[in-house]
Amino acid sequence: MIRLITLLLLAGSFAVQAQDTRLNLPYSRFTLDNGLTVIVHEDFSTPMVAVNVWYHVGSSYEKPGRTGFAHLFEHIMFEGSGHVKEGDFDNLLEAAGGNNNGSTNNDRTNYYETVPANAVSLALFLESDRMGYLPDAMSPGKVDGQRDVVKNERRQSYENRPYGLAWQYLSSEFYPKNHPYHWPVIGYMEDLSAASYEDVLEFFKKYYRPNNAALVIAGAIKTADAKKLAESWFRDVPKGETIIRPEAPEFELSGVKTMTIEDNVQLPRLYMAFKSPRSLSPGDAEMDITAQILAGGKNSRLYKRLVYDLQIAQDVAAFQNSGALSSQLIIIATARPGIDLDQLKNVIDEEIEKLKAESPSQRELQRVVNQYEVGYLSQFQSIEAKADMMNSYFRFTGNPDWANEDLSRYKSIDTGDISSVTQTYLDLNKRLILSFVPKGATELAVKSTGEQK
Amino acid sequence: MKKALLTFAVSVLPLLLFAQNPDRSEAPALGPIQPLVIPEIESFKLSNGIPVYFVRKDQVPLVQINLFVSGGSAFEKPSELGLANLTTDLMTEGAGKRDALALADEIDFLGIRLDAYAGSEFMGVNLFAPTSRVDQALDLMKDVTLSPSFAEKELDRIRKSKLVTLGQNHDESRVIASTAFNQIIFGKDHAFGRGATGTEKTLKSFTVKEVRAFHETYFNAKNAWIVVAGAIDQKALKIKLETALGKMKSGKSFETPKLPVPTVAGRVIYLIDKPGAAQSELRIGHTGVNRMTPDYFNLTVVNTILGGSFTSRLNQNIREEHGYAYGASSRFGFQKNTGAFLAASAVQTEVTDSAIFEFMKELKGISKISEEDLTRARNYVALSFPSDFADVQSIADNIGNQIFYGLPKDYYNTYTRNILDVTVDNAVKTAKNYIKTDDLVIVVVGDKAQIEAKIKGLNLGEIKYLSIEDVLGPVPQI
Repeated sequence: MIRLITLLLLAGSFAVQAQDTRLNLPYSRFTLDNGLTVIVHEDFSTPMVAVNVWYHVGSSYEKPGRTGFAHLFEHIMFEGSGHVKEGDFDNLLEAAGGNNNGSTNNDRTNYYETVPANAVSLALFLESDRMGYLPDAMSPGKVDGQRDVVKNERRQSYENRPYGLAWQYLSSEFYPKNHPYHWPVIGYMEDLSAASYEDVLEFFKKYYRPNNAALVIAGAIKTADAKKLAESWFRDVPKGETIIRPEAPEFELSGVKTMTIEDNVQLPRLYMAFKSPRSLSPGDAEMDITAQILAGGKNSRLYKRLVYDLQIAQDVAAFQNSGALSSQLIIIATARPGIDLDQLKNVIDEEIEKLKAESPSQRELQRVVNQYEVGYLSQFQSIEAKADMMNSYFRFTGNPDWANEDLSRYKSIDTGDISSVTQTYLDLNKRLILSFVPKGATELAVKSTGEQK
Repeated sequence: MKKALLTFAVSVLPLLLFAQNPDRSEAPALGPIQPLVIPEIESFKLSNGIPVYFVRKDQVPLVQINLFVSGGSAFEKPSELGLANLTTDLMTEGAGKRDALALADEIDFLGIRLDAYAGSEFMGVNLFAPTSRVDQALDLMKDVTLSPSFAEKELDRIRKSKLVTLGQNHDESRVIASTAFNQIIFGKDHAFGRGATGTEKTLKSFTVKEVRAFHETYFNAKNAWIVVAGAIDQKALKIKLETALGKMKSGKSFETPKLPVPTVAGRVIYLIDKPGAAQSELRIGHTGVNRMTPDYFNLTVVNTILGGSFTSRLNQNIREEHGYAYGASSRFGFQKNTGAFLAASAVQTEVTDSAIFEFMKELKGISKISEEDLTRARNYVALSFPSDFADVQSIADNIGNQIFYGLPKDYYNTYTRNILDVTVDNAVKTAKNYIKTDDLVIVVVGDKAQIEAKIKGLNLGEIKYLSIEDVLGPVPQI
C-alpha cells in the first residue's frame, strides 16, 4: 500500500528516454486476506487490459513418477470450474473479444488474458472461479481428455521434430536424479499415463491457492477500479497451507559426459551444457552476455568462425537457460554435410579458452548491452509483456518495478567480468555433450576427450 | 440467547456488508465498449516522388520504418526461382562502405533491427530503432536499400547455406506437407506452388550479375513506398527520410502479375511416407480467394468459426473432443492473387484416418452456422482488434497492408463495424461458396505402414503416392 503514494507521483512521468533508458513500471500493490497479491499497472495507450496470474509452482515441484504433471494441470485449468461449464472459459472470453493462454516451466505456471477494457470483470470472474472452485467441475474424463492432448503436444514438439528430444536429455543427463530439474517440463509418456484424478485434486489443494499466486492487472483500467474488482472476485477463495518449495541439492558435473543419439536427421548437431549461476544470482547476467558474445550475431566469436569463416557449421546458438534453482549455459551447433562434430567442438573449445585468456573488447560488450536495452524498450510497448514481467520481478525480487535494476545488471558489467565468469563456469572438463547424428552415422559424434563419467 | 444472538448479528453485520461473496450464478455483464480510434494516416512525398504514409505513436520512443517495393518471388522467371529471396538476403551482407561483418556490427551496436526480405508480391527493407538513434539507423537503411555490395564471397556463402536448408527440409514433415499441398493445388510451375527458396539448379546458377540486376530493377523510387509508425515528429521525419532515401533513383514501376487460378477437381488423397513418424501432418484444402474480395469480412468470420480460434470447430473437435492432436486450424491465404484455403493439423499416427474423417465432417458442417457461433466469432475478431495497434511494428504492418491492397481510407476505423455487421445468411452463403468438400486435396505426411489401410477404408477418393523426393527433389549436393 505504501506504493500507492509512489504511484501517484510517477503516474504523470511515464515516459521512457532512450538516451538514458528509464524503464518505469509504476504500480499499486496490495494483498487480500487470503494471501493473494494483486498488482495494478495503468496504461491507457489502447483500450485493452492484460490479466496475468502466476502460480508459484512448476515442474520442479513434481513427484517422481508424475513428471509433466504441472503442465498437464495447466491444461485442466481451462476445462471449466464450479460456476463455469466446460468450454465456457474460452467461449465467454472469445465472445468478449478476449484472448487467453497459459504456460508452464520449471519454476512457475502462468495464465493470462487480454481483454477489451469492458471485460476485465469477466476475466477476473473466470480466473477467480478456477482458483476457488476447480475441483467442483473436475472429472476423470476431463483429465483423460487433456492427457491425450498433452501427449500429442509432446509428440509434436519433441518426438516428431528433428533433434526434438535434446531438451529432454539436457535435463535428464545434466541434473542428478535427486535434482528437481532432472526431468523435462513436458514429462515422460508413462508418467502422463499414470497421472490420476486424485493427483489433480491433491495438486490443486496444495499449490493452486491464493497465498501461492499473484495477479497483475495491466492496461486501460484505473487502479481503484481494478482493486475493487480484484477484491470482490477473489475474496471468497480460501487460503491454503504454507507451501514447501523444492530445494536443489548442491551438485557439480564431475567430468565430461557424452551421449550419442541417432535421429531421423540429415545433419549432425551438437548440444553442449555447462552448469552456470541460477537466475538473478551474481554471474547470471554475465552469462547472458557471454552467450551473446559467443553466438549472438554475425560478429560473435563462434558464428564468425564456424559459420562465416570456416563454413563448417550451418548454424550456432548459445544462451543462458536460467532457472530459479540452477542454470545451464547451452551451446548448439549444426554441422555442414561432411563435417563431424569433433571439428565443431574443437573450435568451440578454442574460442572458450580465448575468452578466458583475454577479455572481450569494449565494443563486443556494448553491442550486446545495447541490444538488451532496445529489447526492453520494445517489450514496454506491450501490456501483456509488462504484466508478465511484473509478475516475474515480483516473484523473484519482491519488486514488480524492477526492470531498471534488471537492465542495470547488464549495464554495470565490464569486459573483465566476462573472462572471469568464463573461467569460473565454462570448465571444459565439466560439461554434458550430446551428439545427434543421422541413423547409422555414429562416427560423426563427438569422441569423448575429457574424463568420462 | 436472544441478546447474545443480537450482539453477534451486530458485530457481524458490517463484515457481511463489505465482505459479500461475489455472485457467481452467471458470468458478469460487460460494460460499454471503449473503441479505439486509429489516427488518420498522414502522407507526403519525398523529392524523388516516393510516397510516405505515417502514423504517430508516442508511448515508447521507438520507430518502425518500412520501405516497400512491388516485386518478389511471383515476379521470377522460371530460370530465376529463388532470386528474390537471395537478393534481399544479400542486401544486408555488406552495403555502402561496410562489408558484411562491419554492417552487422553497426546494426547490433545500435541495437536496431534492419532486415531486407522478399514476399511473393512485395519486398522491402524494415527498420526498427529507438527514436534517439534513428539518424544512424537510417544511414544504414540507406546503404542497404540503395547500395548493397553483392560481393561474390557473400553470394557463395549464402547460396551454400540455402542449399543446406533445402536438404534439411527433408527432415521436417511440416515443410514437406506444406510444400506438397501448394505444389498440388497451384501446380509446380505456379508462383505459389514452386516455393520461394529456389531449387538446387537455379541456386547454383546465379551470379552476382543477376542479383545486382534484380535489385536494380525493383528497388527504384518509382516502384517504392514507405510506411512509418512511431514516436517521431512529422517534420523531423520528412527531413530524415529525404536525407536517407530522397536520392533513390527513379525507374519502372511494376504491377503485381496476374497469376492463373487453377481449380481443384475431385477429391484426391496424397500420401507421403515418413517411416516411424509419431504424428501425421495433414494439409486439407483447395484454392481460395484474393484479398480484395468483397467477402473478406464474411470469410474472416466464417474461418474464425471453422478453424481460426481456440473455440473453433476444428480445434474443439480434433483437440478437445477427441484428443487426436495438440491443435487444429484453418486459414485463407489472402494476397493480391488468389491464395489457398487450408485446414491443417499434426495428428497422432494411430488415429490419422479418424482425424481426417472428423476434418471432413467439420468442412461439410460449416454450411450450418448458429446465431451464437456467429456472435462469438464476430465479437472475437472485432473486439480484440485494438491489440493489433499496440506496438509500432504492428501498426506499420497494418498500414502497409492498407496501402498495398488499396483498402479504403477509413478501413481500420470501420473494421469493427464491418465485422459486427456480418449476418448468419451472409456467413452461410460465403461458407458454401468458398469451402468445398468434393473438390479438395488431402495431403498426409506420415508412417505409411501404419496409416495407409485405414485411410483407404475411409473411401474418400483416389489415393496417390508421393515420395519426399518427389516433393522436395533430391538432397542437394553442396
